[in-house]
Formats: sequence, structure tokens, C-alpha cells
Amino acid sequence: MLRQFVLRVLELLAVLLLVSFGVFALLSLVPGDPAVAVLGEGREPSEYAALRDEMGLNDPFFTRYFDWFGGVLHGDLGSSLIPPVVPVWDRLVAAMPVSLELAGLGLLIALVVSVPLAMWSAYNEGGRIDRAIGAFTFGLLSLPSFLVGLVLIAVLVNSMGWFPRTGWVRITDDFGGNLSHVFLPALTIALMEMAMFTRILRNDLVTTLNEDFILAARAKGMPPLRIMVSDALRPSSFSLVTILGLSIGRLVGSTVIVEYLFSLPGMGRLVIEAASTGNYPMVQGAVLLIAVVYVLSSALIDLSYGYLDPRTRRARA
Amino acid sequence: MTSESKSPILVVENLRTVFHTPRGDVRAVDGVSFELRPGETLGLVGESGSGKSVLGRTVMGLISNDARTTVTGKVTLGGVDVHGVKRAVRRKLWGTEVAMVFQDPMTSLNPVKRIGTHLTETLRFHLRCTRKEAEERAVELLTQVGIPEPKRRMRQYPHEMSGGMRQRVVIAMALACDPRLLIADEPTTALDVTVQKQILDLLGNLTTERDMATVLVSHDLGAVAGRTDRVQVMYAGRTVEQGRTSEVFAAPTHPYTDALLASIPQIENAPHSLLRAIEGNPPDMANPPGGCRFAPRCGYADTTCTSDLPLLQPLAGPGRSVACHHPLLAGAAPVGSEHTHGR
Repeated sequence: MLRQFVLRVLELLAVLLLVSFGVFALLSLVPGDPAVAVLGEGREPSEYAALRDEMGLNDPFFTRYFDWFGGVLHGDLGSSLIPPVVPVWDRLVAAMPVSLELAGLGLLIALVVSVPLAMWSAYNEGGRIDRAIGAFTFGLLSLPSFLVGLVLIAVLVNSMGWFPRTGWVRITDDFGGNLSHVFLPALTIALMEMAMFTRILRNDLVTTLNEDFILAARAKGMPPLRIMVSDALRPSSFSLVTILGLSIGRLVGSTVIVEYLFSLPGMGRLVIEAASTGNYPMVQGAVLLIAVVYVLSSALIDLSYGYLDPRTRRARA
Repeated sequence: MTSESKSPILVVENLRTVFHTPRGDVRAVDGVSFELRPGETLGLVGESGSGKSVLGRTVMGLISNDARTTVTGKVTLGGVDVHGVKRAVRRKLWGTEVAMVFQDPMTSLNPVKRIGTHLTETLRFHLRCTRKEAEERAVELLTQVGIPEPKRRMRQYPHEMSGGMRQRVVIAMALACDPRLLIADEPTTALDVTVQKQILDLLGNLTTERDMATVLVSHDLGAVAGRTDRVQVMYAGRTVEQGRTSEVFAAPTHPYTDALLASIPQIENAPHSLLRAIEGNPPDMANPPGGCRFAPRCGYADTTCTSDLPLLQPLAGPGRSVACHHPLLAGAAPVGSEHTHGR
């Protein structure tokens, strides 16, 4: 067990190393001059050249990479090129919890809604309820998230006044205020994810419900709801769990539209703003952190397979 | 046969199961009747697709009226009209009055549940006993079905056991709450030949001990021969011949029964001699032939057979009947049926 665990961690580290290299290389290929980003336009060419030299941009690629990577290992991701000139790390630490909370709550809402909905749908396979749920989720999937967000704002904020329109309160400052700010954006995300989760789980449930062991459970006199929860759900949740894991990584970095819509200071906004101003240390740091979240969540997913299906557990020697 | 005197636990009257499919209505079970008393064992035999598994499931009520299925006729199980009561009432019969052993133990156990859970959940649900009591009873059951080290096995998952062991678990599961009727649906088909006999013997012993009524569904005549009191031969959803097992097998009167028996390889056959297979295939159940369903494959068929559906006619012998216009009666065997069925 220990050996496997160590191997697994080494594997993760190797992946992260590759990611860091990719992140660094990719951004070096991006057009745009960091010196211009720092000094602004309209300076003497010699000033730009001097700054580039000072920033080490003229060094060979690998020298620059190892300089940067050495910093990363010490927790130093560099500083923002654009004022306010603060360490990249400080900005990430401020933005990451927003994105994580948004993604986490969104996925939680999505799961809480989609699991019962998928069960209901699968139980009525081919019937009216099943088709109605199918049409509803399909409709949701085909809507762009900004439209869903706008509708939610129009109804729940503008008409009902139940939620604040924009802004952010940190969870450590005011839990209730935080919740009221995060709920609508999380719901916007949840609606899209929920539709996908429901469809995926419903299909897998329908397959599982045709298995012999479900018939055997019925023949033992188990009631339908109990069979659904205790027999069918676990063997049917592989695809759902896989998608869920990918969703965590995806949502942390790319809820830009929702973040803009609700003016949330999350990772998506941070990346877009940094990229559009040529603030490359910020982009590198953010992308690296998002990659870490991705890798960790997929590692968690891999672990959960062992729980979901004992056949995939490796024998304990 | 003291069982004759007891009142029947199961009465099946003119049962029909029709599946409504895009290709048309499929009459999987088409007017089958029988009775079963405690301690009695009935064999249901026939080729694949003859409707015997569907019959077993309809008798139990696992198949019932819904959007795609119509069940007519009547099944009375322990005094309850199985298809006349609500689902919830029917479900109360399952596990306690009637239980089923399925064909493939590789798929009839939940791969993500421990063996112990399979047993204890049934016990706790029906008997409302504590976890500890259920576990003790489960160990007892595993011992009864001949599983060594039952306490260790309880913690294992199905994939950690062999097919034969799993089928023993399935049997233990079925017997957990002492049902009065057991439907064994091809219980040995998926098992190794060496294990088949063990499982059949186990089933026989356990049902005798408990004075249970048993329906043994099988395409294997050898499995049915020594282990059932009565046999019902199914073809295309209908009973073609029924009676005491020994009598039916000693002197089959329906050409289909005769052909089935003739297709069993005999130890005294000359080496490399051809097996007597039945020509052709069972009919398409969405579009069965008019008249006798077996007529297209029958060597004795004439124009009556292709136009009129034969009904079960009583013959000499207790409960003996046959659905054939030209039954093979003693001395009336046509030329070419010289084979014997001494088993």
C-alpha cells in the first residue's frame, strides 16, 4: 500500500513538472512584449531593451525556466508586472477561494438535484416523466451560461430582490453575506452541470437496472427506492464521478463569464485580465495553480474508483 | 406421495404473458396451467425461447402488467392472487413466500456488495431483526449451503468467489426467509458440469428438508429427470406434454418430447455417431405458425396440424396429458423411431 501511494505521488509530481514546463513554454511563445506591458507605450526603444535585459528575458530559454521554476519551488511565483506590483501568490490566494467556493457549491447543488432526478427518470425509462426530464435537461444544455445567469438575475435579483446583484463578501468575514453572494453564480453554474450529470447518470442507471442482480434484488422483495439507492446507484456512478472530477478542474479556471456577470474576483477573471495586459507572471502562476487543482481532483477521482467498485482495488499483498 | 393430500401452494390457471414490441405482440407464455403442492417438484423443460423463464417470472409476478406487457389468467400463490393485488402487496410475497434462483451467478450478485450484505439485507428487511441476529443467521445459511469458512466469506465480494460458490450464495439468499415456493431458473446452466450435480443435489436436499415446493426450469432433461416429480414440456409458450416425470420420460407421447429425449447423447451410442438434433428452429414468437406450433419441425405433421391448434388431452396416468393431434402411443410409433430412452 505504501509503495503504491509513493508511486502515485511521484506520478502526480511528474505530471505537475510537465505542466509547469508547458505553462512556461506556452507563454514564452505568446506575442506581446512584457517590457511594453510594464512601461507602457511611447518610450525610447533603448529603455525597453534595458528593461528586457533586467528582467532576464534575453537569457536562454532553459535558464529562464529554471530561474522561474526554482522560485516556484520556494513558493515565489514572481510579482505582477502591472501595478499594483504585488506578489503573484497574494493575488492567487485571494482569487482561488472564490473560484473553489463557486465551483464547489455549484457542483454540490448540481449533484443534489441531478441524482434524484436521474433516478426518477431511469425508474420511468421510456415513460412520460423520463422524456420530460430528458427534454428539460437537453434544453438547459443548449442554453449559454450567460443567458441562464441573466435570466436568474432578472427574476431573482431585479424582480424579487432576493439576492445582491454583484460583489463579494469573504466567507471568513460574514458567512451569511458570503452565501447570499455566491448562491446565484453557483446556481448558474449548477444548472448547466446538473443537466449534464442528470443525463449521464440516467443512462448508466438504465443500463444497470437491466442487470440480473437488480432483478435478483427485486425478487428478494426489496422496494424500488431502496434498490435504486443501495443496488443501482453505486455501480452506475463511474461516468458521473469522472465528469465530476473533470468539472472541478474546469470550473475553477473557466467560469469567466459567470464571474464577469456577477463581478466576482475569481480565477477566471484574474487569468483573462492578466493575459490581456501581458502580465505573464500572473498568467503562469494562475495556470499552474489551476493545473494543480486539476491534477489533485483527478487523483481523488482515481481513488474513488476503488470505493465504487471493489474489483478495481488492487489486492493487498 | 403424501403431497397429494395437501392443498396446493401454487395454482396457475390459463396464464398468458404477451409482450408488446415494435415488431408486434410476442406471446411468450400462451395459456399455461398447473398446480404445485408443498414438497412437490415440477420440471419445466424446453428449448431456449420456449417461454419457460418468462413463465417462471410471471408466476412470481416479477413480470406483470405494465405499458409493454399484458398478463392474463390467474396465479394464486399462498392464497394471494399475484396479478390481482397491488405491487406493494405482491412484493411482500417475494423472499418470504416465493424466491428465485437465477441462471447466472456471475451476474445475479451485486458486484459492489459483500456476500454478507446480500444475505443480511434480506433478513433484516423481512424479519426486522438486528444486525447481529441477521449476521448469525447468514453464517448459518452459508454453512447450510456448504460454503466453508462462512465468516470469512461474508466479508468477501462476489468476484472473489468461484461460480459454484456464488450459486450457493444465491441459493442461500433465496432460502434466507424460508419461502414456501422456490423457482429455480436454469440454476446450473452457467456452471461447470462437475459443479452442476453438486448444486442440483444441494437444491434437492434443502427443498426436501424444508418441505418446499420447487419449480425447476431447465433445458437440460438430464437435470430434470431424477429430481422432479412432475414435468411440463414447453414449446413456443405452450405446454405440449405433462405428467409424472418417470412416465413422460419412459414413454413420451408428443413428437417434440420424443425428439428432445432423442437428442440427448447416450453413453452407449457408437463413438462419433451423429447427435439427433431437432431440425429447424423454434418459431418466431411475434409471428407463430397457425395450428400446432411444432408442426413445421414435426415428422408426423399433416394438414390438420398446420390448421388446428391442438389442445391438451388427458391420457392414461395421473395428470398425464398431451397437446398433439397424433400422439405417439405405445405400439403406434412410426417407422424410424426405434431409439430408446432408458435413462
